[in-house]
Amino acid sequence: MQPFVFYTKYDQTLLLGRRARNLQALLEGIKSVPDASLYFHTHRFLLQHHFLSPEPPNDFAYWVTEVLNDDALGERLSSADLVQYDSLADLRAFFVDALEESLRQTERVVDSPRGEEFHFMASRIFVLPTPYTAEGLNDFASILEHISISALYYHIFDAKLRLGHDDNDFSRWFADLGHEGLAAKMRLLDPYTQTMEGLRTQILSMVRRYAND
Amino acid sequence: MPTIRDYADIAGKGAIEELYLLADRLSGKVVQNVNSTAVGGGVAEILIRMLPLLRDLGVDARWDVIKGDERFFATTKKIHNALHGVAVDINEDEFAGFLETNRMNASGMTFGDVVFVHDPQPIALIEERPQAGGRWVWRCHIDFSRPDEHVWRFLKTYVDRYDSAVFSAPAFARTLSIPQVLISPSIDPLSDKNRDLPAETIDGIFERFGIDRSRPVVTQISRFDFLKDPVGVIKAYRIAKRRVDCQLVLAGGGATDDPEGPAIMKQVMDEAEHDKDIHVLFLPPASDIEINALQRGSTVVLQKSLREGFGLTVAEALWKSCPTIAGAVGGIPLQIKHKYSGILTHSIEGTAHWIKQLLQEPAFARRLGQNGREHVKNNFLITRHIKDYLLLFLSLYHPDDIVYL
Repeated sequence: MQPFVFYTKYDQTLLLGRRARNLQALLEGIKSVPDASLYFHTHRFLLQHHFLSPEPPNDFAYWVTEVLNDDALGERLSSADLVQYDSLADLRAFFVDALEESLRQTERVVDSPRGEEFHFMASRIFVLPTPYTAEGLNDFASILEHISISALYYHIFDAKLRLGHDDNDFSRWFADLGHEGLAAKMRLLDPYTQTMEGLRTQILSMVRRYAND
Repeated sequence: MPTIRDYADIAGKGAIEELYLLADRLSGKVVQNVNSTAVGGGVAEILIRMLPLLRDLGVDARWDVIKGDERFFATTKKIHNALHGVAVDINEDEFAGFLETNRMNASGMTFGDVVFVHDPQPIALIEERPQAGGRWVWRCHIDFSRPDEHVWRFLKTYVDRYDSAVFSAPAFARTLSIPQVLISPSIDPLSDKNRDLPAETIDGIFERFGIDRSRPVVTQISRFDFLKDPVGVIKAYRIAKRRVDCQLVLAGGGATDDPEGPAIMKQVMDEAEHDKDIHVLFLPPASDIEINALQRGSTVVLQKSLREGFGLTVAEALWKSCPTIAGAVGGIPLQIKHKYSGILTHSIEGTAHWIKQLLQEPAFARRLGQNGREHVKNNFLITRHIKDYLLLFLSLYHPDDIVYL
């Protein structure tokens, strides 16, 4: 059985030099920016504000609500159930559909105030192995207890959508260990609607239950 | 001067260990900073604090300062103003003199593996690159949102020759042929302006300035400068005070290079004269402890700027868990998410509304302050700044989207 190697990651924020003043420009941007940008704007808050609950929404929803004052569209964009998307292409389609529909129903295009435009960004990820390796569930739990937020984030969020592993790293390893039930439970967790510490606690209690069975 | 290990109590032991991991990947590389002043100014201040910390981590970080005559610095001052959007007239001779000074400096310099050029003054050193080799980064520390087109076109021919450009806020990004990296400035939690203070020190300073701590105190720390809108602050305070008893503290230095400064100061003093609850404090330059204490002892902190570069006074206030109301300009929206980690406003009336709210809803205000501190802890401390610089240097050798180190 392969041990689980914990990795951690760092983000470098890139500026794409592209901005949007209104919904039309936001839509055009979302259609054409690279996947890394879409991922950045839908996940940045999780790390930057990981201590907050309720979690602020993704950047698109935040800007539409707070700058363009379009509460209805903002609510729709913030309701994106990120956990259900297996690829960034699907996630992009969600935002494109929501914006196109809103634009069809809108009679006038509202510009943001000067200085409050939406700036498209992206991130470059640097991945490093940590010194921590788990041989079994008990090991795994004791490491998970103290591993950095970045490591947790990498294995849950980056692995699935950014690296395109189709699944989070923990579920994949649990399944390899033969703990299909635990893998499935892990997949059902909604990591987007809790703080990272809350997420850590929840995973720990699940893993410990299975480890003691 | 603190060592990098001293930051473990604040940033976390893990964060410091991770800096060592990254720094290790730069082993054997010389990182050479170049700017135009050894003392005074934000860039020198950052380098003075950061270089020893980079060296603690094992990075061979060096620092060169270019030399220039009065004419050179007169031109660079004009360039600086032009990048801020001020209309200036720079003639061909001045541009030629600027390039000549850069070339003169380049001829006497030895360049490192990474050449980290700060601000426009030494930008044309990049001409030396074909001979010197290495990786080159240009770091722009100034507000770049509305640069004068003529000056920007001149600079752009040099910027495009670097490997990467670094800006402090998303609004400063331009259309360039090279990657642009966002690196926000930072505050140093162990400096006099930000370190923890004993309650007696805070009490003593409030007492010295005659401010009554038994009633709410609303404070703005900033230069007396039109762009910081001190008169707007007084107006907002007046509206709020109709409903909620409070005092206002306006503390800062004068703006000697601002032609409108004296008029603004006079207006502020005239307004304050009629209200004993307005405390206008002209602080001398070495007043870091006083500023620290005033922020820590205030009920609400304001930064009602009309224009702002990054606005690090906001991060300073948030670090002290102060409920903060600030103008939604420059880098301030990066530091405050409205109603999560502080309040963003756009007007005098809006500011007054939120002063009242925060004074009357202390639990909400406290939550904003706590979230603000966490946000600064995660994103605006010098340790994060160091991490960003290490990633920047590494990215010059690893241009991929996902880098496995």
